[in-house]
Amino acid sequence: MVNIPSSINDPIPAAEVEDVELYHPHSWWTTYVFSQDAKVIAIQYSLTAISIGLVALVLSWLMRLQLAFPGVFTFIDADRYYQFITMHGMIMVIYLLTALFLGGFGNYLIPLMLGARDMVFPYANMLSYWIYLLAVLVLVAGFFVPGGPTGAGWTLYPPQAVLSGTPGGQDWGIILMLSSLILFIIGFTMGGLNYVVTVLQGRARGMTLMRMPLTIWGIFTATVMALLAFPALFVASVMMLFDRVLGTSFFMPAIVEMGTQLQHGGGSPILFQHLFWFFGHPEVYIVALPAFGIVSDLISVHARKNIFGYRMMVWAIVIIGALSFVVWAHHMYVSGMNPNFGFFFATTTLIIAVPTAIKVYNWVLTLWRGDIHLTIPMLFALGFIVTFVNGGLTGLFLGNVVVDVPLSDTMFVVAHFHMVMGVAPIMVIFGAIYHWYPKITGRMLNETMGRIHFWVTFLGAYLIFFPMHYLGLLGAPRRYYELGESVVNPPSAHDLNIFITMMALTVGAAQVLFLFNAAWSLRHGKDAGGNPWRATTLEWQTPTTPPPHGNFGKELPVVYRWAYDYSVPGAPEDFIPQNEPDPENRSREHAS
Amino acid sequence: MAVVFILAFVAVASVLFHLLSPWWWTPIASNWQYIDNTIIITFWITGFVFVAVVLFVAYCVLRFRHKPGNRAHYEPENRKLEFWLATVTTIGVVAMLAPGLFVWDRFVNVPSDATEVEVVGQQWLWSFRLPGANGKLGTSETSDVTAENPLGVNKNDSAGLDDIIIQGGELHLPIGKPVKMVLRSIDVLHDFYVPEFRAKMDMVPGMVTYFWITPTRTGTFEVLCAELCGVGHPQMRGTVVVDNEADYQTWLQQQQTFTQMMAASGEPQTAQ
Repeated sequence: MVNIPSSINDPIPAAEVEDVELYHPHSWWTTYVFSQDAKVIAIQYSLTAISIGLVALVLSWLMRLQLAFPGVFTFIDADRYYQFITMHGMIMVIYLLTALFLGGFGNYLIPLMLGARDMVFPYANMLSYWIYLLAVLVLVAGFFVPGGPTGAGWTLYPPQAVLSGTPGGQDWGIILMLSSLILFIIGFTMGGLNYVVTVLQGRARGMTLMRMPLTIWGIFTATVMALLAFPALFVASVMMLFDRVLGTSFFMPAIVEMGTQLQHGGGSPILFQHLFWFFGHPEVYIVALPAFGIVSDLISVHARKNIFGYRMMVWAIVIIGALSFVVWAHHMYVSGMNPNFGFFFATTTLIIAVPTAIKVYNWVLTLWRGDIHLTIPMLFALGFIVTFVNGGLTGLFLGNVVVDVPLSDTMFVVAHFHMVMGVAPIMVIFGAIYHWYPKITGRMLNETMGRIHFWVTFLGAYLIFFPMHYLGLLGAPRRYYELGESVVNPPSAHDLNIFITMMALTVGAAQVLFLFNAAWSLRHGKDAGGNPWRATTLEWQTPTTPPPHGNFGKELPVVYRWAYDYSVPGAPEDFIPQNEPDPENRSREHAS
Repeated sequence: MAVVFILAFVAVASVLFHLLSPWWWTPIASNWQYIDNTIIITFWITGFVFVAVVLFVAYCVLRFRHKPGNRAHYEPENRKLEFWLATVTTIGVVAMLAPGLFVWDRFVNVPSDATEVEVVGQQWLWSFRLPGANGKLGTSETSDVTAENPLGVNKNDSAGLDDIIIQGGELHLPIGKPVKMVLRSIDVLHDFYVPEFRAKMDMVPGMVTYFWITPTRTGTFEVLCAELCGVGHPQMRGTVVVDNEADYQTWLQQQQTFTQMMAASGEPQTAQ
């Protein structure tokens, strides 16, 4: 019955995707709590992730207080310090960044930007959130059980993670941590399959893959990667749980602990590290690729210019995603694995620098000859470029195997990964919240508070992590409760630690302003209208704002052009929405 | 304008901080000067790229920020420019990677005249074992560890009987002679880390790892543990002394062998 159009630019009646009444929720519970609407699930994911992220923020304050003023805060003993760093790291990487980018932005933006009514499996999508929430609760339970949460470091390296010399190793801490990770992965898999299938099957008519906004390309590629990488963490968690609870020896060789021979033998601690980093390195890009995609769109919209080299950007995302599966052992140069691996992994790691650099060039070339509006999302995008370039470049130190030898396990590593996968993606998260908040709530965030928030966060974070590299260069090892008297801890380093702590407290305080702004603007923000940034992508073309359940009202949009028709010569406005028909078929899909 | 100024300031201040920073690596005490040189090359290349990108962004904001009536240029792609940028980047990457791999090759291949010195890690103590008169270390097993035999040296291996055992004491090394540090752990991961040596490596229970150095200056150096090994991790310190040959021999004569230690094992020798 459906007319197959001869060209994707022909208008098609959207008959086969009618909005069905049965599909809508009918009660308060199914609308706001057990909702199957991807937008509500997105908000649930985001609020949960941000809440647990605030716990991680407080933990970072506590550990910074210990590093700046060792011995002053007596409640921070060595056990607690290691528990704080472990929980801070795990929360930030998994429960905040992964959940917020994929569960939060993925859920909100995939259906809207692709012109779909919802995710293809709404029920599994809802389950995904509730299992994620359960994972978070199990994680938090660690704080309330005897012995407290695990203090094994976020990498959970055995054998220490399951032995009594580590907080939580012989108590509940490590068991809850591993259980929580297993739950998280189950929940994520339900959501992740949804995102992938929706991108592949749920796009509006005319939305070819090469017309998708880069935001979707980033989230899509990251999700595929996560579906391939998380199973490695899953099996590693199950095996370690068995080692701990059932006394198996997957990761446990013969061990004499405090003078006692343990009933283990034959296992390999290095095997865990391979499994962990086979997940852990793609994980870096699981966080980075959505950030890459989103920031591309922020720069394009707010510079009123098409993203430069769209096709190259798409391929760079895909190539980075693929390469990131063959670089994992660069986290293990000094792990004791066969050192000849170093040649291979250093080479693959530095090859990744090329597509990554291309992305950076294309962002800055998008600014070139643009019409740059210094809105708050644009400021955060600029902050992202600075911090990402900085953190990416220090990656060239650590990826180059022999340079990594003196720097590994020092504060240089801490500074590097915070800059590149902490500060930079969080810049994008903030930029994205300021950008899409008007669509989610119908109101603008307050501009003045936003500017203060940006400058304190950006400059403060830079002042925390840039000088920290030099502590590592000096030789200060990471994960030290106190460094005490040492050649790598001169009085000047102590002063620097105090400065870094002051900055950390300041940046943390600025987030309170952000939270206040988000709450205050809900009622008092300027009315946003449907498309305040005059953007081309479909989420800004919904009939009402915030979009209703089903997103697009009676008829789904039909897509006629790519996502980046900004400042097209001859067009009356400086943007042409993706669903605007082009009677003369003039649209430039990409370079022609 | 404030944005332009601050971005430019970030670039310039970062370079100044690098040049004026009092926090720089400790004076080197081993042959791994090559590593320091590779770091310097990497600093130059990455520093140049960082400053160039940030200043370019600042210039774009200055030149192309919105003014009424402005309109962006429409140029979806420029394949020639993209090709050249990718090529230049590749050259920069090769310039860092090539010397890195060259030095790594030296790092991996231990000179044939290197003496073996064993380091054994346990929570939270360093122990050392040196070959005795026969120049060979005897075999060892974690399962052989007892209170009397804390390193698990094989009693039935005659090569190990004259090994010199230092539990919890200082390690001395002679200057100018290559040493292969053979690393073992009997409980969890540790990492033998002397900042002045630059080289370091994890110690993994159940396997033997290694790195090699040639000490290049005499002095007393602190050993730190660089792999999280439980709550005592920061307290796991030791001392390495690099001696000239005469001092080294004097020190060596005072150490006890495995046989002597076993004979004297009346006293308790448990770890912390």
